[in-house]
Amino acid sequence: MNYLTRRLAAFPLVLLGVSVIVFFAIRLVPGDSITAMLGTEAGLLTPQQRDALAVYFGIDQPWPVQYWRWLLNLFHGDLGISATYGKPVLEVILQRFPLTLELALLSMLIALSVGVPAGVFAATRNERPSDLAVRVAAMIGQSTPSFVFGLLIIYVLSAGFGVLPTMGAFTPLWEDPIRNLGQLILPALTLGFAFAASVTRVSRSAMLDVLSDDYVRTARSKGASARSVVWRHALPNALIPVVTLSGIEFGYLLGGAVIVEQIYALPGLGRMVLEAILQRDYALVQGAVLFIALNFMIVNLLVDLAYVALDPRIRLENQ
Amino acid sequence: MSPILSVSDLHVGFGRGAKAREVVRGVSFDLAAGETLAIVGESGSGKSVTALSINRLVDYGGGRITNGSIRLLRTDGKISELTEASEKELTRIRGGEIGMIFQEPMTSLNPVLTIGRQIEESFRLHRGLTGNQARAAAKDALDRVRIPDAERRLTYTPNQLSGGMLQRVMIAMALACNPRLLIADEPTTALDVTVQAQIMALLAELKRETGMSMIFITHDIGLVAGIADRVMVMQDGQAVEQGELGQILDHPKHPYTQHLLHAVPHFSGGNAARPDGQRERTAEPALKVDGLVVRYPLKGGWFGRPTGAVHAVDGVDFDLLPGETLAVVGESGSGKSTTARAVLGLVPATRGAFSMARRELVAGDSNLPVQMVFQNPYASLNPRLSVDSILAEPVIASGVRIDAAVRDRMKMLLKRVGLPENSLERYPHEFSGGQRQRLCIARALMLNPSVVVLDEAVSALDVSVQARVLELLIDLQKEYGLAYLFISHDMAVVERIAHRIAVIYAGQIVEIGDARSVLSAPRHPYTKKLIAAVPTIDRRHETFELDTRQVPSLVRPLGFEPPKARWMEYGPDHKVRAEA
Repeated sequence: MNYLTRRLAAFPLVLLGVSVIVFFAIRLVPGDSITAMLGTEAGLLTPQQRDALAVYFGIDQPWPVQYWRWLLNLFHGDLGISATYGKPVLEVILQRFPLTLELALLSMLIALSVGVPAGVFAATRNERPSDLAVRVAAMIGQSTPSFVFGLLIIYVLSAGFGVLPTMGAFTPLWEDPIRNLGQLILPALTLGFAFAASVTRVSRSAMLDVLSDDYVRTARSKGASARSVVWRHALPNALIPVVTLSGIEFGYLLGGAVIVEQIYALPGLGRMVLEAILQRDYALVQGAVLFIALNFMIVNLLVDLAYVALDPRIRLENQ
Repeated sequence: MSPILSVSDLHVGFGRGAKAREVVRGVSFDLAAGETLAIVGESGSGKSVTALSINRLVDYGGGRITNGSIRLLRTDGKISELTEASEKELTRIRGGEIGMIFQEPMTSLNPVLTIGRQIEESFRLHRGLTGNQARAAAKDALDRVRIPDAERRLTYTPNQLSGGMLQRVMIAMALACNPRLLIADEPTTALDVTVQAQIMALLAELKRETGMSMIFITHDIGLVAGIADRVMVMQDGQAVEQGELGQILDHPKHPYTQHLLHAVPHFSGGNAARPDGQRERTAEPALKVDGLVVRYPLKGGWFGRPTGAVHAVDGVDFDLLPGETLAVVGESGSGKSTTARAVLGLVPATRGAFSMARRELVAGDSNLPVQMVFQNPYASLNPRLSVDSILAEPVIASGVRIDAAVRDRMKMLLKRVGLPENSLERYPHEFSGGQRQRLCIARALMLNPSVVVLDEAVSALDVSVQARVLELLIDLQKEYGLAYLFISHDMAVVERIAHRIAVIYAGQIVEIGDARSVLSAPRHPYTKKLIAAVPTIDRRHETFELDTRQVPSLVRPLGFEPPKARWMEYGPDHKVRAEA
């Protein structure tokens, strides 16, 4: 059985574990979905009506029975009906996911295209003023909360240039790419800035290590130019930690970025999950967490495959 | 004829301002075309820095040429002053006119690029070749260093080749563009002795073919006899003596050169074997090993079923009398260290019996009256523990209270191994490499063992320190009647300390017996090859034979048992495994 099949075979097991935890954890939160849904109007329900609603949502049964039913439905591809949206959970999630995925990809693109060159640049100028400048910038980027940076961008654009970020209903990429990018570019910058700061720091320290390795000296002794030494010989050896970091950050972003979505009024996964928790929308929380867990596992697998592509010494079979 | 390279009054410093430290202090030499200059010195003598200054790689290590000149005769007949050359000019010279090979082939090649691409790069940079032309040139370069199956090896990454192969790849790369000067910085130090002989043979042959000049840097004065025309001896950043090979080896003038030639272990074919310690066969052995087997299962297939085993040690027997040294020699991967570790129980033995003579323990009762001294004294002492904690460790481990008697023993042992008495409160980093190894020896003796396993115990030390630590070991052996199991790859060191020698090859002893007899009249083909490969100052300009055979694989199918050994006796204490 090869490595990939083994890894894929483990997916259902992990998901099962995640499902148990999330199923019972959400039910440990005080309050119930009927009260949360109807708010003060819940007080107007007669006990009979309340019971009927409970039966409708299936929350009248003991927890293990509820879990078993949910699991059986899951095997049929049915994640249940969201109490807040009145629509199938999968449909609600898939409606939100393109935005989250696009935002995560854009942020990573920004982070890597800024962070890696900045880290490499700083490493080649070790301890000189330009290195110090990059390090200070990275430190600021890492320590600035995203809401501060997000609000700052909006403030500078609107007060300084009279430009307002494109708000309003989200337009998917395939409908109107320009409007879509207009909506996403600022949130992507906000997320990408902090992400880029971590990438800068990691690539700087990895490059510093690699630049003192013997094979870099060998490359120089062959007459390779400074640029070729850095980009061709050193960088590929320094990428492993960068890929590790990017994988983790990207996995988090696929779970949604609550604060940035809130600031820019974007209907992403993060806000959806937050609202679902507040509303005790059990089915939606369960479905969303499973979905996010699956994404994380796929990203981790891709990271491992990237290791193999980057470094021929790494053999997945032996791990 | 003007020299191809002329260095005069070279000074190289590290750091700036007040912290500046000068490590090369006024070195001058000339190198004629086709000539080989050997630079000999111990670590810290400035020999490598001198070499790295020539192609200015020293700049990248934080060094700075503070004074002097380095003049290189270029291919076009002009003379360039390298201390003032621009980076652009230097990139043309490096690889194009000055090639360089380094000490550690395992780390000197880029692990993520195929060796083909790394060799092609030289041709791209200096010959402007691309695509198939570069590839064909890279294949020719590998053929030139006698790598079999070159076409296929081009697609390998460095982790798929052995150290000896990688050093050949390095040589192929350095010589790709026919540089007129090759700098070889300890190119064989990390390699096994038989592989070393092959690399030396290759370098000598390529030098004849191309007529290039060479600077050969080494700490081993024995190695220069085979290859150098002239020798420069360095100490503390200065060239203390230089001259023709014969003059330096036969009539050294400077005391340091004399010291290197005479105070340092050199291999002399059994003549320097220890005269003391004739075996008394009636004595009770301190350690007896019977049919030791260490195997590591290999797993594969669907459910990780065992598919075979690595036979690291495959049926090793020997006994060791009190006061006797048995040297176990062999190359890396032969199983010599595994044997030592199995004796201590550091690796589980698959099969085999040990019996050890118990002796009355002074400081504490250890279940295993065997102690060990490891190869690297820098890595085998915990930097956070003071010396008294380090020495107390084995006593605590055997469950004994630290009392006045134990403290007295610590002081006595420190004094005995030649360390100052105030060492107890100090930390390992305050000691030099040789002193640390003395500490390790004192630690091993804390429990008053009957057997001490010395695993390459002097290999990491500078040659002159080696000699003194060996003397200490011999004195301690006589004083306490210790039995040594001395694991080493270095025949010169083994000759000085061993009473008996066991030659181990592919997990099995192939020859065992009296040291003088084994070293002077080796019988097994492998022992012969091993001894022939040892460099000595008596073998000058010798042509080694190229041998591209590889060590056999130790991976065996499941359930494989080696055939029972048949031994042939030569003399009272010398037996040799008969090959099938």
